Amino acid sequence: MKGIIRASAAIVIISAVLFYAVHLLESSSATSGSGSISVYNWGEYIDPELISQFEEETGIQVIYETFDSNESMMTKVEQGGTSYDVAMPSEYAIEKMKENDLLLPIDHSKIPNLKNIDPYFLDLPFDPGNEYSIPYFWGTVGIAYNPTLLEGQTFESWDDLWNPTLEQEVILVDSAREVIGMGLNSLGYSLNSTDLGELREATDKLKTLGPNVKAIIGDEIVEMMRREEAAVAVTWSGQAADMMWINEDIDYAVPEEGSNLWFDNMIIPSTAGNVDGAHQFINFMLDAEVAAQNADYVGYSSPNAAALELMDPEVTGDERFYPTEKMRDRLEVYENLGLEMLGVYNELFLEFKMDMEK
Amino acid sequence: MTNRSSRPWYLAPYYIWILLFVIAPIALVVYFSFLDLAGNFTLENYANFFSSTYFRMTLSSFWYAFLITFISVLIAYPTAYWLTKTKHKQLWLLLIIIPSWINLLLKAYAFIGIFGLYGPANQLIQFFGAGPLQILFTDFSFVFVAVYIFIPFMVLPIFNSLDKINSALIDASRDLGASQWTTFRRVIFPLAINGVKSGVQAVFIPALSLFVITRLIAGNKVITLGTAIEQQFLVTQNWGMGSTIAVFLILFMIIIMLLTGPKEKGGALNGKAK
Repeated sequence: MKGIIRASAAIVIISAVLFYAVHLLESSSATSGSGSISVYNWGEYIDPELISQFEEETGIQVIYETFDSNESMMTKVEQGGTSYDVAMPSEYAIEKMKENDLLLPIDHSKIPNLKNIDPYFLDLPFDPGNEYSIPYFWGTVGIAYNPTLLEGQTFESWDDLWNPTLEQEVILVDSAREVIGMGLNSLGYSLNSTDLGELREATDKLKTLGPNVKAIIGDEIVEMMRREEAAVAVTWSGQAADMMWINEDIDYAVPEEGSNLWFDNMIIPSTAGNVDGAHQFINFMLDAEVAAQNADYVGYSSPNAAALELMDPEVTGDERFYPTEKMRDRLEVYENLGLEMLGVYNELFLEFKMDMEK
Repeated sequence: MTNRSSRPWYLAPYYIWILLFVIAPIALVVYFSFLDLAGNFTLENYANFFSSTYFRMTLSSFWYAFLITFISVLIAYPTAYWLTKTKHKQLWLLLIIIPSWINLLLKAYAFIGIFGLYGPANQLIQFFGAGPLQILFTDFSFVFVAVYIFIPFMVLPIFNSLDKINSALIDASRDLGASQWTTFRRVIFPLAINGVKSGVQAVFIPALSLFVITRLIAGNKVITLGTAIEQQFLVTQNWGMGSTIAVFLILFMIIIMLLTGPKEKGGALNGKAK
């Protein structure tokens, strides 16, 4: 009996000591402010060499963490357990974070490299005047496909996915807005539709795609396409670029009916502990050479005009990944539809998935 | 143990533990299940659960959990029985248990490779002259991988209860003229039934809420209640609905525990005198 009491007392004491140590560590890192920043980014979304370069140039240590959805990022920022200094959410998440007062305004005088950004990507409706956000990458949603596995079939329209020859061939990305949005676009509706009739019609149309769907998965898509396990995938442009990097047979198309145009942006969460360091980091990432190196590594489209000039013209002239402004006109940016509407989209997406079991 | 009114003080940590990590979370889940998106009291989540989508999801979750459990028992019972007859029981048992030490995600990713179009499974099929089959992202691959993952949890309790049976009882049954089949049916099976019941609990309940392999192995073509909870919390951010599904999952689990729980009628267990 005594042994148990001693053991439990020891555990309690050790836990208390550890708690204290954690507290000490956390408060010391907070007070040594200019010494470190924590960056919260999507996975595989920065060239790690650039982080070391930034650390060398500024002496600021970077603590790097990743997230896999805008929603989980917001939840963590909201809970405030960790004080992130820079994060890279998508545009609709920025609207929502603005509503919830989760963002700090960005001081443009501390970001001289802002001049490198193509004006097309500045002053967008989700953040007028770029008060809270600075563009990081942009891209589209489209169809990645491998013509060698498909006897040369190409994809100009969303409806091409419904082709009966594609039975069990199509992979969809596991995300409600992308998939329901594709259904809406294929019917000529806006992918920000809040009309329940249109949404119902889109879901019913998607259900008829069921026999062609091979799977609905996430980042595994890249690997499946690279290894030619799958021939067609509805996915983000950057994932398609990743696939093409390894498997040159793969091609990417944005259907003519329209699709999603998205922007990821650097922001400073309201919980930031090192606002000055955050500005330095954002400015660093906008440097022409840095942005060019980063875009080469990540494979998404850079909004940095100065960087594009330094990059391989074969890449920047590729209209699949750098669509012309005219082509961008038929693309739509996601609007923040509110939690209620997001719920509707998700319920319909769930209904679509359920329907495939049969 | 005779004086129940003066409970020893050293039980206090356990009570605190149970309060903090068992009762409080369940109470929170129940509380959240009555909230709508704006945080107001509502019964809508419960009404929503009985809508056709979630009702069908519940049925299909049960169906897959049943299949997984049933196949696990079919494989695990003979395995456990055979194990009790072998010389190096503990070694064999260890070999069966070792795969359960490996992380579930790793095993799932391994199966993506094995079941792939160019993977070993299809190479074997092609060796026998059939074309490559789509194995991954089917009901079959889902049930196969789930059974593979759960088998150790089924073998272990069945093995333990079979191993505890006093061999004198089996000898007695044979001496009294019972055939091998009758001995199994009338002696061994009833004595080991509690092992099967704990195995069923250990498999059926987690199988109801599987969510990692529904995506990686079944390509989200199989939707369980676990998938729906994950989505409600992480994507839709509707904690109320997520909690409501969780409440029903807890209810289902209680029902299963009651159905499979041991019915103590007193007397000797497993034929061994106390």
